[in-house]
Amino acid sequence: MTAYAYTEQPFVRPPELDGGKTEAPVAIVGAGPIGLAMAIDLAQRGVASVLFDDNNVVSVGSRAICWAKRTLEIFDRLGVGERMLEKGVTWKVGRNFHGTEQVYAFDLLPEDGHKYPAFVNLQQYYVEDYLLDRAREFPDLIDIRFLSKVTDHEDRGEGVRVTVETPEGPYTLDADYMLACDGANSPTRTRMGLDFSGQTFEERFLICDIEMEESPFGDRDTPERWFWFDPPFHPGKSALLHKQPDNIYRIDLQLDTGADPEAEGTEDRVLPRIRAIVGDKPFRIDWLSVYRFRCMMLERFVHGRVIFAGDSAHVVSPFGARGGNGGIQDVDNLGWKLAAVVTGEAPRALIDSYDEERRHGAEENILNSARATGFMTPKSPIEALFRSETLRMAHDQPFARELINSGRLSRPCSLAGFPLQTDSASGQVRPGTAIIDAPVGDTWLISLVQGALTLVGFGGVRLPDVEGVRRIGIAQRTDDYPCFGDMEGYALGRYGMGKAYLFRPDGHVAAVFATPTAAGVAAARDRALGRKPVLTEAV
Amino acid sequence: MPERTIHASGFAGRGDDIYAALLKAHEGLTEAESHALNARLVLLMANRIGDADTVSDLLKTARSYAE
Ligand SMILES: Cc1cc2nc3c(=O)[nH]c(=O)nc-3n(C[C@H](O)[C@H](O)[C@H](O)COP(=O)(O)OP(=O)(O)OC[C@H]3O[C@@H](n4cnc5c(N)ncnc54)[C@H](O)[C@@H]3O)c2cc1C
Repeated sequence: MTAYAYTEQPFVRPPELDGGKTEAPVAIVGAGPIGLAMAIDLAQRGVASVLFDDNNVVSVGSRAICWAKRTLEIFDRLGVGERMLEKGVTWKVGRNFHGTEQVYAFDLLPEDGHKYPAFVNLQQYYVEDYLLDRAREFPDLIDIRFLSKVTDHEDRGEGVRVTVETPEGPYTLDADYMLACDGANSPTRTRMGLDFSGQTFEERFLICDIEMEESPFGDRDTPERWFWFDPPFHPGKSALLHKQPDNIYRIDLQLDTGADPEAEGTEDRVLPRIRAIVGDKPFRIDWLSVYRFRCMMLERFVHGRVIFAGDSAHVVSPFGARGGNGGIQDVDNLGWKLAAVVTGEAPRALIDSYDEERRHGAEENILNSARATGFMTPKSPIEALFRSETLRMAHDQPFARELINSGRLSRPCSLAGFPLQTDSASGQVRPGTAIIDAPVGDTWLISLVQGALTLVGFGGVRLPDVEGVRRIGIAQRTDDYPCFGDMEGYALGRYGMGKAYLFRPDGHVAAVFATPTAAGVAAARDRALGRKPVLTEAV
Repeated sequence: MPERTIHASGFAGRGDDIYAALLKAHEGLTEAESHALNARLVLLMANRIGDADTVSDLLKTARSYAE
């Protein structure tokens, strides 16, 4: 139904069907945003993968539209960030209304000096197409197989045997690791009989993308997030409005408990609901779907040689945009670790840290998404009462505004306190925190730092030469390593003067040093790579 | 015994005044209106206390009488 011009991807007969073999350490099941990003991340590190998808087009219908700053920074590293920024609708302000009156507004990025904005709205099919284009730039490292359905797998200890069904027959392929990026209804998860537990919300939500020339935001076409509790056009329920590129607007409407999803998904039922919002301005329905949301996750993401990432590992309700954004943080966390293990640079235990760190991320996303959905859908008279009194007071009481929860939007997850980080009290930014961008020289800190273990010196701190660690100086001068200016003072303001930070390849701070010594940096590097502490002869 | 904190008096001799004021605030309200007032009051008091641990300790104590 959507007007998007889908390109049908061809089925290419794989060598396996003619008795051949493919040598790739990693098999990825599912070419959604997570599987595609995973393949690109590995390819950028020289690790080959075979990527299977049972379908032959990118995301049918829009689904994800809101991509958070951290995701864009990761996508920048993967080579699609700038394209997304250019096409997407940039926004940072959210407004909450009760009835017709605005009760609360928030600005998600009230400061300058960042390459990427708080959010970009862009239809999921664009994002997947950009990722696919990028993946095609690695023909020797990414073997994409459409119309190839993984129907079985066997973890053989040393690797995984994957069974694939295709239009031209079945075959098997052996890989060292299998990444299950096969989405919310993950067949891999079902096959393994893994418990996927959490909360299902009874209420149905109608999600609709409409195309219209005139803006439903009113006179000014405002790229903002507008959320209503109990609006006049949809009494007693909630509604959400977003702008997307191509004159497409996303409308979410909460439906009655027990609403019939089939009936509610018909144009007869939907058209009057949309007209109630946009009035008699002409519009066209581009896509619609009725959802019931779940907040659930796996108990563990790593099962021997099978690793789950994205929706297969965790699902959330979309209020807060934590689904796809959470999944991209999985990719960011797993990519460098898996590559380091496959190339023998780090022990297998490093993969367990993915499990631990990203389960923490998923728990945070589930907590926030479940609370927001709970606020929208009170489950008892007393919950409804607290909510209505909060909303009433929010008209003039600032404290009550803070309690209104229409979604706490995706933020970078902090990994503080996990074992890969070296604890230290010396810096302004704690170990575990995701990189905070700043303009440096004629580029950005994220562009310089992300991708490999990097030691950055801010101000007059000298950086020792340590094997496997890149060095970069900010607001200092030396011939030993590249240095960049901090003309506007953002970098020193954000990180402090005279400190050295060791960043992990995913841009999280691994350690902070007031006086970085070669031994200290090497120890932090080994720790970040999950290596057992190496005993020196002196001990 | 359910878990609860034992609270000494913090009323500084004005307990009767405060109790009377509480009842007066509800005067003439229907039961539903009284419930709504209590909800607002709880939210206001929680905000005034501010500290999440203190609020949760008070909630635990109040809840313990329902167990
Ligand atoms: C209405 C709605 C709004 C949303 N809004 C947002 C948002 O604003 N921001 C956000 O970040 N997230 C949002 N999300 C969530 C986001 O869409 C998902 O988190 C994201 O699609 C997950 O990506 P994935 O690659 O893990 O899974 P999917 O996108 O589901 O991809 C899985 C892929 O695996 C393939 N596959 C499945 N089984 C097999 C098999 N056996 N063999 C081969 N291939 C297989 C499928 O065909 C599919 O291509 C929203 C979701 C919905 C439903």
